[in-house]
Amino acid sequence: MTGAARGGGRGGERGDDGRAAWASERVAIAAGRVVPPRADVLRCAGLPSDPGGRTSAILERAFELLASALQPAGILREVSLPEFARIYAGEGRNAPATPLDTIAPRAERLALFAATTGRAVSETIAARFAANDFALATLLDAAASAATERAADAVQEFWAARIHAPALTDRAARPTRSPDERRVLRYSPGYCGWDLTGQRALFAALAPEAIGIHLRESCLMEPLKSISGVIVAGPPEIHVCADDFAFCRDCRTHGCRERARGC
Amino acid sequence: MGLLERIAETLQAGEDEQVGDLTRQAIAAGLAPKEILDRGLIAGMNAVGEKFRCHEIFLPDVLLAAKAMIAGMNELKPLLVREGIPLIGRVVLGTVRGDLHDIGKNLVAVMLRGAGFEVIDLGNDVAPDRFVAAAEESGARVIGMSALLTTTMPAMQEVTRLLQERGLASRVRTIIGGAPVSADFARQIGADAYAYDGANAVERVKALMAAE
Repeated sequence: MTGAARGGGRGGERGDDGRAAWASERVAIAAGRVVPPRADVLRCAGLPSDPGGRTSAILERAFELLASALQPAGILREVSLPEFARIYAGEGRNAPATPLDTIAPRAERLALFAATTGRAVSETIAARFAANDFALATLLDAAASAATERAADAVQEFWAARIHAPALTDRAARPTRSPDERRVLRYSPGYCGWDLTGQRALFAALAPEAIGIHLRESCLMEPLKSISGVIVAGPPEIHVCADDFAFCRDCRTHGCRERARGC
Repeated sequence: MGLLERIAETLQAGEDEQVGDLTRQAIAAGLAPKEILDRGLIAGMNAVGEKFRCHEIFLPDVLLAAKAMIAGMNELKPLLVREGIPLIGRVVLGTVRGDLHDIGKNLVAVMLRGAGFEVIDLGNDVAPDRFVAAAEESGARVIGMSALLTTTMPAMQEVTRLLQERGLASRVRTIIGGAPVSADFARQIGADAYAYDGANAVERVKALMAAE
């Protein structure tokens, strides 16, 4: 992966491309912003829209527990392409060819990110399982997964809004595109050929410990209901890539197709 | 309706406290523990499994029934142990090394316990040799492995390879599951079975046991 990301930097540090480096920035996320619609949770749990009185009552209880446990938080840091290339290379264990190999060099801007719904959510799910409240724990887990995606959405939207209407200090260096000319999508280690060990370089650069996300030796995050990766902004067509990589054979959803098309 | 039928019915309704009460009543009435297990608890759980397969009920209903099954088993297990009556079988279960996602594995554990299996749940992020060691130590005939990430799937093959290397593959069967896993992948890595959900896992584990 070669080339230089567009745009200048923020803060006093220098990046490895010699440009000024951006600092990590916390993103405040209101708990209400990440509470998922009921329909999303039912779909996530493989249930019909009207699952019956008993399941509905359990779902309501799951929402109550989720609301009381949610502590969403986000963090992001814009990076140059050379810096991202180094982070993406990680420990050299990515698949030989990956979508980001071609997507990132064509990006206009890149930002590392992490988002979480907080430690208490995972602890509450574990406690319900330990108490043999399997149905409640399962629906709470589904609700928490949907909430975590929404927390990541919030970080992505925060950054998208910023780069579509950048601060005055950025404006001279970076003419903006209108939202319909640019598509902002996120990609995560552990998926699409980006080896999970890439988390180590990502964490070193982003420092999401500041919002309570820690990396285990196995490269998975704690709390488990967390998402990390890179947000890629650029013309919509840069996100369109082949889906015949070796690892695509193991993918059931091929959801990247819809994502790239903006569905 | 007899006591055993009531246990089976109440279990299907997911009434865990009532199942516990009825199981205690059955024990007090002098019914044989194996009879209570087979014609009460397992009969009820089999009916639940069948309804789930036919899409008459949903996962939360199965999980409520499983909780009721466990309530009954908690009453019964000391008697079964005392009389030396074996459970259906013993399964070592875990999410593979590098993977912390355990909801799928937990559901499989619940369903297996609900079906009368003893489950040795190793948790998540389990190293390959821990799976094999647990099976050797416990005498379990089946190892179940779960993975949610494509990057952690290769750890499953390390377990099947270890079983081969140690000459255990004919005695200890393997079953795998998880979002990125498929029957093809199971064949590729030499696993004995693949399950697409918890109910299917119970069927497949029963089939593995029966094939011995």
